[in-house]
Amino acid sequence: MPSIQAEGDKHHATRRAESHGNHHDDGHDHGSLRSYMTGFVLSVILTAIPFAVVMGGGFESRLLTAAVVVGLAVVQILVHMVFFLHMNTRSDEGWTMMALIFTVVILVIVLAGSLWVMYHMNTNMMPQMNHEALGLGS
Amino acid sequence: MAIPSEIPTTFLLGRLDWHAIPQDPIVWATGVVVAIGGVAMLWMLHKYRLWSYLWTEWFTSVDHKKIGIMYIVLALVMFVRGFADAIMMRLQQAIAFNGSEGYLNAHHYDQIFSAHGVIMIFFVAMPFVTGLMNFVVPLQIGARDVSFPFLNNFSFWMTVGGAVLTMMSLFVGEFAQTGWLAFPPLSGLGYSPYVGVDYYIWGLQVAGVGTTLSGINLLVTIIKMRAPGMTMMRMPIFTWTALCTNILIVASFPVLTATLVLLTLDRYVGTNFFTNDLGGNAMMYVNLIWIWGHPEVYILILPLFGVYSEVVATFTGKRLFGYTSMVYATVCITILSYLVWLHHFFTMGSGASVNSFFGITTMIISVPTGAKIFNWLFTMYRSRIRFELPMMWTVAFMLTFVIGGMTGVLLAVPPADFVLHNSLFLVAHFHNVIIGGVLFGLFAAVYYWWPKAFGFRLDPWWGKVSFWFWVVGFWTAFAPLYVLGLMGVTRRMRVFDDPGLQIWFIIAALGAVLIAIGIAAMFIQFGVSIMRRDQLRDETGDPWNGRTLEWATSSPPPAYNFAFTPVSHGLDTWWDMKRFGQTRPRAEYLPIHMPKNTGAGVVIAAFATICGFALVWYIWWLAALSFAGVVIASIAHTFNYGRDYHIPAAEVRATEAARDRQLASARA
Amino acid sequence: MSTVSQTPPGTFWETEPHHHHEGASTSIGFWVYLMSDCLMFAILFATFGVLGGSYAAGPGPKDLFDLELVALNTAFLLLSSITYGFAMLAMVKNNRNGTLAWLAVTLVFGLAFLGVELYEFNHLIHLGAGPQRSAFLSSFFALVGTHGLHVAFGCLWLVTLMIQVRQRGLIPANRRRLSCLSMFWHFLDVIWIGVFTFVYLLGMI
Repeated sequence: MPSIQAEGDKHHATRRAESHGNHHDDGHDHGSLRSYMTGFVLSVILTAIPFAVVMGGGFESRLLTAAVVVGLAVVQILVHMVFFLHMNTRSDEGWTMMALIFTVVILVIVLAGSLWVMYHMNTNMMPQMNHEALGLGS
Repeated sequence: MAIPSEIPTTFLLGRLDWHAIPQDPIVWATGVVVAIGGVAMLWMLHKYRLWSYLWTEWFTSVDHKKIGIMYIVLALVMFVRGFADAIMMRLQQAIAFNGSEGYLNAHHYDQIFSAHGVIMIFFVAMPFVTGLMNFVVPLQIGARDVSFPFLNNFSFWMTVGGAVLTMMSLFVGEFAQTGWLAFPPLSGLGYSPYVGVDYYIWGLQVAGVGTTLSGINLLVTIIKMRAPGMTMMRMPIFTWTALCTNILIVASFPVLTATLVLLTLDRYVGTNFFTNDLGGNAMMYVNLIWIWGHPEVYILILPLFGVYSEVVATFTGKRLFGYTSMVYATVCITILSYLVWLHHFFTMGSGASVNSFFGITTMIISVPTGAKIFNWLFTMYRSRIRFELPMMWTVAFMLTFVIGGMTGVLLAVPPADFVLHNSLFLVAHFHNVIIGGVLFGLFAAVYYWWPKAFGFRLDPWWGKVSFWFWVVGFWTAFAPLYVLGLMGVTRRMRVFDDPGLQIWFIIAALGAVLIAIGIAAMFIQFGVSIMRRDQLRDETGDPWNGRTLEWATSSPPPAYNFAFTPVSHGLDTWWDMKRFGQTRPRAEYLPIHMPKNTGAGVVIAAFATICGFALVWYIWWLAALSFAGVVIASIAHTFNYGRDYHIPAAEVRATEAARDRQLASARA
Repeated sequence: MSTVSQTPPGTFWETEPHHHHEGASTSIGFWVYLMSDCLMFAILFATFGVLGGSYAAGPGPKDLFDLELVALNTAFLLLSSITYGFAMLAMVKNNRNGTLAWLAVTLVFGLAFLGVELYEFNHLIHLGAGPQRSAFLSSFFALVGTHGLHVAFGCLWLVTLMIQVRQRGLIPANRRRLSCLSMFWHFLDVIWIGVFTFVYLLGMI
């Protein structure tokens, strides 16, 4: 028996408005001088701190140093995403953000998965090489 | 083949010299047949002055329908080659007993099983699926073309380039003897010093560019070009599966590209990623390539799940049961397909914790697939099923695929996998799902959409002959492999010692012969149908009483697909249109904005293919020149700003008026 | 969900002419391409993560890396990013010469980055620490080199676009292309943050 999905009809009008209502000349957000400068200053700071920390010899605990460096990198990536790549939840009806989130998920799976799998593989199959594979540095 | 231990290299021709011609009468005979066939074809093209027709109407076309058809033609041509490899293997294994070496030497046999896998996956299944999505998706979403029509043409020619390189290896040099995934260290320079693996690498890289770009293209097309009112949950199910497939392509082919680049560096630059020396780790290659490899499996099968859904809904005349659950199942599979890759190498030794995790995820991924099967069954339940050919293939799929799926779940249990890993049981399993799932679905799709593409149906009698030989042949060929696998026979063997096994291989070879008859019947069917096209003509554009928008157009559809943009008010838009007695729109026709044809795609892809050939043979000057050709031709193309034109309103009016007359005569 | 509608839901065809947004798919299309490129880098990072400790009794990061050089290079790339931002702002204001000038500055910084990187590679190879030396160095060269190749490709694209903007001005097609290159350029920044953090800084801890 044929049937029609009743809900969703109301989206019809709004969707048309969205896909045609983007009045930028090429449909993309280009930011402002203010946002670019904010992003630049933030990213300079976020670059300078980890370099200074590592070049100054780092903290007592290597783990803490590593955590700080990685933490700042994550923040800086977010800064670049927002102020330079103009990421938001609106552009292209949220598909840009959706694509990014999906990519990050896959990226985490690939990176974490590979490290986990290969760590176990090395431990089990090439135990003689562990002294090199385990340490953070030499 | 006599490969000199030290391969001499000249500046002009690199490693290419007379040794490159295989010293093998089987290859010579094939070469002669191919040469005669090729010359005959060229002569025919010349005699009937088809060159300029082919060039202007097909090769340079940016029309998604024509590109889709060209993809499928490529897939069918390569299918014949891939099947020839298959039947040679079956014959070899059926006779290589009791001290007989069979008729293939090890060097040749190893190339055949490698080429069979590579060709069937990359140059049959992939182009077939891509071609199908290309043809159907824009029509189903009410669009006039894809988002990036030029890119579409270019992607197709890159796929052809990869296929050309792979085919070339048959007559010039050799193909890889490594299996279809070319695991190092076997694929490293130390164990594969000649050009086989290089052909493999560059063939896949050239084609991979095309696959990735066409994935982006179709993905964006589905996101941006849907007809007004067609929300995500109103998309036809085939479009949904195409969306998920293209997401998988975009998110997994870069992994293959990067992994092959690293293997390339090992072979060309002397790096140590996957070598046995200086810290290299061959297990990392296996890990990386399966991160691509498992999503690839779902790239192949998901669109066919879409096809089965369309076919079942059409031939039962019912709305698909559980559309929403079907969508969610598809999305779940998309995500989960990234979490199971290790089940391809349980035996490599990651240990119990890792193996359990991936064993469990593998069992979980079978749940959404099972849900789909139930949806199809419930759609069919208490409906009046029309057993046309697409439906027959769908039923054959359900029966076959369920068994393939269950053996898959069996293999997902790590302890069982330790026994069955790399055995013929595995070979039987993946042929069971790829033939029973992907290929059967592709056949269903061909029978279903052929009238839309060409304007006439396929002859059902030859179709049924083909169907029965295929289905019976499939089970005769692969059931023995399950038995042999359980008895412990490993894959890729050339000769056997135990005479007790021979009978099973003879049965399997018999099955391959039945399949060969099925394939022949299918090609006869194409020929018969073309000759009888006037009796089989589809005037209505809707031969199966379809439900989705592609059936709203004429068969074949005009270049612009829809003179006016359709508006969707629910699932199965065309069904609604028919139900509410919507007539063809009557309004002033307007000029239609369309992309222009261009030869740039052919040119750039040709340069890329030459570059691949030059790199295979270490002809560095040619590689540099042709790479420069790729870059310069691409840049030159960006200076062409006049890429579109308008179909005049008068032409649209004439086309639509002809369509009106056709519909009136069909009704009369 | 399965409400059966028996009344016709209005029109099924859009017969009014509507202007289709030219190139509306380009930005999302290019973004999706960048995402796929990102996953290619993910594999190179994963390879570095797995093989980055395999020195094969050869030199490690502390023997090889010069953080001052890396800091200089990072500065070049950051500056090129902000100057590309200025080019985009000039483009929005329809200032063709301003756009071209800022693009030229961006190009200089991009080339400076490549120069320093080539110097570094050359230096390492002279030390006997080429990509063949160990799996660590193989994965280092592959990751950093791939990023460098992207920057080089970006520079080539930049030059092409400068010529096209000179020839045709800031027409919509060129604006679209400038936006795409902008995304590409800033995306390479993001990758570089990963590179200097995971390869250089963590290696030197």
